[in-house]
Amino acid sequence: MTYPTDKDLIDFVIRETRMLDELRFNEWLDLFTDNGIYWMPAEWGQTDHKLVGSLMYEDKLLLTVRVERLKGNRTFSQKPKSRCHHVIQTPTVDARDDAKGEYQLYTPFHYCETRLDDSTWFAGWAKHTLVIENGALRIRLKRVDLVNCDAAFGNIQLFM
Amino acid sequence: MSRYRGNPEAVRGLIRETEVHRDVYIDPEVFELEMEHLFANTWVYVGHGSQIPNPGDYFTTTIGAQPVIMVRHTDNTIKVLYNRCPHKGTKIAIDGCGNAGKFFRCPYHAWTFKTDGSLLAIPLKKGYENTGFEASEAAKGMSPVKHVKNYREFVFAKMNDGGLSFEEFFGDSLSSFDNMIDRSPVGKLELAGGTLRYMHNCNWKMLVENQTDTCHPMVAHESSAGTAREVWKPYEGTGAKKPMAVEIFLPFVSPYEFFEGMGIRVWDNGHGHTGVSHSIHSDYSAVPGYFDKMVAAYGEERAKAILDENRHNTVYFPNVMIKGPIQLLRIFRPLAANKTLVESYTFRLVDAPDLLLERTQMYNRLINAPTSVVGHDDLEMYERAQEGLASNGNEWVNVQRLYDPSELDHPVAITNGTTEWQMRNQFRAWSKFMTQSM
Repeated sequence: MTYPTDKDLIDFVIRETRMLDELRFNEWLDLFTDNGIYWMPAEWGQTDHKLVGSLMYEDKLLLTVRVERLKGNRTFSQKPKSRCHHVIQTPTVDARDDAKGEYQLYTPFHYCETRLDDSTWFAGWAKHTLVIENGALRIRLKRVDLVNCDAAFGNIQLFM
Repeated sequence: MSRYRGNPEAVRGLIRETEVHRDVYIDPEVFELEMEHLFANTWVYVGHGSQIPNPGDYFTTTIGAQPVIMVRHTDNTIKVLYNRCPHKGTKIAIDGCGNAGKFFRCPYHAWTFKTDGSLLAIPLKKGYENTGFEASEAAKGMSPVKHVKNYREFVFAKMNDGGLSFEEFFGDSLSSFDNMIDRSPVGKLELAGGTLRYMHNCNWKMLVENQTDTCHPMVAHESSAGTAREVWKPYEGTGAKKPMAVEIFLPFVSPYEFFEGMGIRVWDNGHGHTGVSHSIHSDYSAVPGYFDKMVAAYGEERAKAILDENRHNTVYFPNVMIKGPIQLLRIFRPLAANKTLVESYTFRLVDAPDLLLERTQMYNRLINAPTSVVGHDDLEMYERAQEGLASNGNEWVNVQRLYDPSELDHPVAITNGTTEWQMRNQFRAWSKFMTQSM
């Protein structure tokens, strides 16, 4: 059995980010395990996703609703569509557990989402929990902590 | 030139029986007058007692444009103080929740104030001897908002003297708060789960109107709830348990008949609610153990009566909405004619299973967060309206659906769930409380 190198893990996150910037959302969804979660806390240092409010805590079903909705003819808030752009720091491999096939990565980022004449900038940290499934790396959890997670935002329509 | 200041007739003229002039939404002067009059003449929600359980605990917030501090005084009563040092105007607290101990201390010159606002001490006090300071405005300390009512831990304040008492202002509409609170087996709520904050570039009243607008969900939310229905469809009938998220989304795309049949109740002074007989919250899965606790606390008949009430959105004029069945309260904070901060607060039913709070959190993030696919399309509509109202093609907004002139004789009524009567009710109240002190 060969294990992913740190470079494999880092490249995975870089490719994932590029998929989002290229709006390849169906491919992006496929990167998640069936029980994968995308979590965006609304509280600084949040630990509880059930009894404390989050901006997003979405399983594959909810992420699929989001991705399908973006394509809809009557998705008025996406007429015209949003675009997005990430600048990420090279991901750090925070932890590796080859026996379990589980890896933690840490990726500071700046993110810009635009629609019509508006551009909104965000900054934060993405924390990936990657696992090996059927011989390929997949996302079990992507946690996105915004530096101002508790601020009042307008619409955030895409994925960071 | 002022068109509306000092001109109550012009202000009244903005509201016709079935039409509202666009200046109500877009005119900065009308907005200023709302802050000076509407939000001073009405009982405005300030906060919940559970945010400040101990003496000295405080919570900083606003009433209209006014920064205030809600604080629990040493005698355990709740005071609301204008958040301004009487010396130089510095805000005394800006950090949301905290504990002041026995007194507030201004961070600028260390003047201190008891938690009822009265002046406690000034450093180097001798500098004020023989200056006539006792007669100054500053010597009075931090000004309190004089009219405060704590209704079962929901705290409201009215800034102006005169006008309606708390009981006159709200009347039977308080029954929605009662139902939300009674859903706890011990009749108690606690604020829990944090606050979702969502900035809107539109007028605050568009959001208030939307709360009883039952002809938009199947249109504006087809993209979100309709997509959820499609994504779930392959699993339907397979024996798979319907996820909580799907239960929350699906009722949004119910047909018109569902909303017509649920009914709307209006109360005097701009209050009203959707969901008289049923609502989008009626068919959620039962939470194990909850009904038994309710029966043990209230007896079966009363427990059933409490839980069979499934009011959808109750609007407390001017700027609050609650959802009793899921313990959620939203404040539509006016920041400018075209800017509104929406805060969505959630409550724990004390002594009820955690799963209820978990569902409330899920509802709040799916529907009320800036990342909400439901919220996105609502905000899109409001912002398009805010921009569209600048058009000179027509100066009036229409609120005529199911209008009947005889409704003026009925300050309290139950009617068809798709009526715009409640919106008309709000604008009649708007006209009344805007001009009451002009």
